[in-house]
Amino acid sequence: MTTVEVGLVPFEEALTRYEPVMGLEVHVELSTATKMFCGCPALFGGEPNTHVCPVCLGLPGSLPVVNGAAVESAIRIGLALNCRIAEVCRFARKNYFYPDMPKNYQISQYDEPIAFDGWTEVEVEGPDGPERYRVEIERAHMEEDTGKSLHVGGSTGRIHGAEYSLLDYNRAGIPLIEIVTRPIAVPGDRAPAVARAYVQQLRDLVLALGVSDARMDQGSLRADVNLSLRPVGTAALGTRSETKNVNSFRSVERAVRFEVSRHAGILDAGGRVVQETRHFHEDTGTTSPGREKSDAEDYRYFPDPDLAPVAPSREWVDALRATLPELPAERRRRLQAEWGFSDLEMRDTAGAGAVDLVAATVAAGSSAQTARKWWLSELARRANEQAVELSALKITPEDVARIQALVDAGAINDKLARQVFDGVLAGEGSPDEVVAARGLAVVSDEGALTEAVDRAIEANPDVAAKIRDGKVAAAGALIGAVMKEMRGQADAARVRELILARLT
Amino acid sequence: MPGPELTDHSAAELSQALAAGETTSAEVTRAHLDRIASLDGELHAFLHVDAPGALAAAEDVDRRRAAGEPLGALAGVPVAVKDLLCTVGQPTTCGSRILEGWVPPYDATVVARLRAAGLPILGKTNLDEFAMGSSTEHSAYGPSRNPWDTARTPGGSGGGSAAAVAARLAPVAIGTDTGGSIRQPGALTGTVGVKPTYGGVSRYGIVAMASSLDQAGPVTRTVLDAALLHEVIGGHDPMDSTSIDAPPPPVVEAARRGDVTGLRIGVVKELGGEGFQAGVRARFEEAVGLLTEAGAQVVEVSCPSFAQALATYYLVMPSEVSSNLARFDAMRYGLRAFPDGVELPSAEQVMAATRDAGFGDEVKRRIILGTYALSSGYYDAYYGSAQQVRSLVARDFDRAFEQADVLVSPTAPTTAFRMGEKLDDPLAMYLQDVATIPANLAGVPGLSLPAGLAEDGLPVGFQLLAPLQADDRLYNAAAALERLLLDRWGGPLTPPLVGQVDSLVGPVGTPEVRA
Ligand SMILES: [Zn+2]
Repeated sequence: MTTVEVGLVPFEEALTRYEPVMGLEVHVELSTATKMFCGCPALFGGEPNTHVCPVCLGLPGSLPVVNGAAVESAIRIGLALNCRIAEVCRFARKNYFYPDMPKNYQISQYDEPIAFDGWTEVEVEGPDGPERYRVEIERAHMEEDTGKSLHVGGSTGRIHGAEYSLLDYNRAGIPLIEIVTRPIAVPGDRAPAVARAYVQQLRDLVLALGVSDARMDQGSLRADVNLSLRPVGTAALGTRSETKNVNSFRSVERAVRFEVSRHAGILDAGGRVVQETRHFHEDTGTTSPGREKSDAEDYRYFPDPDLAPVAPSREWVDALRATLPELPAERRRRLQAEWGFSDLEMRDTAGAGAVDLVAATVAAGSSAQTARKWWLSELARRANEQAVELSALKITPEDVARIQALVDAGAINDKLARQVFDGVLAGEGSPDEVVAARGLAVVSDEGALTEAVDRAIEANPDVAAKIRDGKVAAAGALIGAVMKEMRGQADAARVRELILARLT
Repeated sequence: MPGPELTDHSAAELSQALAAGETTSAEVTRAHLDRIASLDGELHAFLHVDAPGALAAAEDVDRRRAAGEPLGALAGVPVAVKDLLCTVGQPTTCGSRILEGWVPPYDATVVARLRAAGLPILGKTNLDEFAMGSSTEHSAYGPSRNPWDTARTPGGSGGGSAAAVAARLAPVAIGTDTGGSIRQPGALTGTVGVKPTYGGVSRYGIVAMASSLDQAGPVTRTVLDAALLHEVIGGHDPMDSTSIDAPPPPVVEAARRGDVTGLRIGVVKELGGEGFQAGVRARFEEAVGLLTEAGAQVVEVSCPSFAQALATYYLVMPSEVSSNLARFDAMRYGLRAFPDGVELPSAEQVMAATRDAGFGDEVKRRIILGTYALSSGYYDAYYGSAQQVRSLVARDFDRAFEQADVLVSPTAPTTAFRMGEKLDDPLAMYLQDVATIPANLAGVPGLSLPAGLAEDGLPVGFQLLAPLQADDRLYNAAAALERLLLDRWGGPLTPPLVGQVDSLVGPVGTPEVRA
């Protein structure tokens, strides 16, 4: 490597002289049943070289056949990213030698991606509330994954210095969608957060589409961060570095910060940034050089003659568009409007991971504001105490809605409600069971209760006669009728008193 | 069983005799294996002979026939397969050191269809390395020889299949044709060779040379045999995305019809004349005359872009070769060579050493040409413009087929040439395919059949070309011409080797050992 090691410039200081421009390339492994070009299961892991066949091993004579389900997933991702969908597109061969690539070319797409010219909007925290940034999508294309190399011996776990290498082709041929942004030039201090929010948004989006399990820790969602700096106020792009396989959201943010500091150090010292691939290190939050990406890198792309062009009919694309699920950002905007939340309220709700919980509570009959109140105060506090996610608490949105309904009916007050939460969370049963068992019901409306008692007496003259005759035990039947009418929110002892007062 | 030898009979005749119970598949197969044992030491048509496998398959068919099972037309007729097709249980070397000893874990679709149709597979035939060549002299395992004159090549790349069929070592064989590798050997050995419409026969399991041009097809001694074999191996295959998903053309019916009355025959101006041997031209013109007498209507057509076909081919083909052959890297199968004097070689160094040791010069030449043609900065000028000329070739065919039902030309510019004659002159070798290449570029079907002997006493090939998916037109016209030529020459053309069996029986090793 020709890189001169120079000092790092602190991120904030770097931004006084330079503007970062980012490009993000995200690989999403599709969760189709079978691989991109053969019938092998597209499963993570497994005994090495057990999910393989002549096709994904690239044996002489074998031929690829396109997996239609993968094409469908690619189109749905493209549509969700507001892309245009190609009327005809082709696969191309990307030629380079590497032991984990069975054919020494990767079937990918080059100048004819299945989806192109799209955009998505991400939201990040600014000092004055949420800020939205539009990220332009250049393309989303289909390709096959490579196998995996395991380098044994040596200190780095990399191929250089290893004593020997083991190859596992289970992953070879698993369908991938590579989503490439156009250069993203946002205010420098927002760049790390925008990069993170974008990758997070892609994760949420493919999960909502159900096309991938999007596990960064298992490599089914992998981000490459391209970054360059240019002096503030200039337009030309600087030389970029490509940090590969950054495998957590936090690391995406850190990789951007580190590369800004590193580039600034080189540029300040009058050096030239080398166009190269870099590796990100989780432990130190730094990057180190990988392959140098000189002009010598020539993949000799050409259309793969083994595969017919993919020509998704407009009817099919329209049908896929019509059945797209509501996407996360869209849904949040709709719910905020429906609930009448302020930006701050919505952001807090989302930040607490409570959007789905509030939505379900509202669906069970609560108002949005009361649902938000319970989840973000009372329940958030308890989740915090137990160090679990809100959604992991042993209480359902329906329970929360029922407790609020009891409050609304005047059967309990907020203070009693907290005790009901205690009971439900302690596994004592449903809110009504907790109220009954703990005797928490308050009856503030004596008139309603008296009327109910009168109706019960009128409806059950036989029972009333028995009580008048001194058979006080028969009062139970009337108490039951009253409790039923009062939906269990009356105090049974008070009902008994009222009945006996009328009949004895 | 009529006739002097079982091995003299066509597949159609054998099929009838088998169906009538006059012979058994085991008998027929053994007769061919015996002939291989006595003659192939001289011809070297085979790289591997599987006598036990072939006999077991033959006995199985005989049992099924005895049990009254319904069997296909060619059930029990043995076949030889070019060593470019994957075969379970038999090595597949592609004529290259780099795949020496590799036994595929799967059958090519063509091979699977042969097995399913009950054709015992005699063995794997010789070829130029990875089918790159026109003489079999580029085989890493030594050349095949032409049964008409063993000092001459049988053509290539499928010289092994053609020599085997011409010398009656096999009644029928499978070849592959990327630029003429079925048809040119057919011409040089006096056999019938067909390149079906691209996509008419599955490419699955055929080791790719140039994917957009490769096509497997029949190598036989009669037009009807070719049609019968075509029917067995053709038709849609879901494992090959370029396979045509439509009913195959009615080739057998066409081969039985053989009627050219009113047929418009287009003589392609650009495929003949200068550079073509006088005897080749004479036989070609006579054949056109015979067709005219039989009621065909002859027109001359011009396909100007064919002048660029050879150059175009030598951009498209090597480009695809450079990518297709990248997988031979010592990592998973085949040869593994280590660099000299390197203690702990890297994967990259092992790949380079293996490819250096495992590939022959012609293969390396094409990989280098193709790598260059696809390089950034050169792609548009080379691969890009070659693709444009390719569409011009297809357009010329379209226009010609408006004027004629089939097109005709000599198959190869010369009769069989001597061993070594063109080995140091790649361009002279490449010119052997000048008349066959246009069909591959456009995907249209082509057939070569023997049209008599030239002034040198060697066979001449007559080529017929038809529109996409109109393979039946080839068989119809070829069957008519075959009949006219049989009348003219007083019977089928037979290489001298066939009559000299006794004199050639010599110290021949067991074929399996050699492979
Ligand atoms: Zn597979």
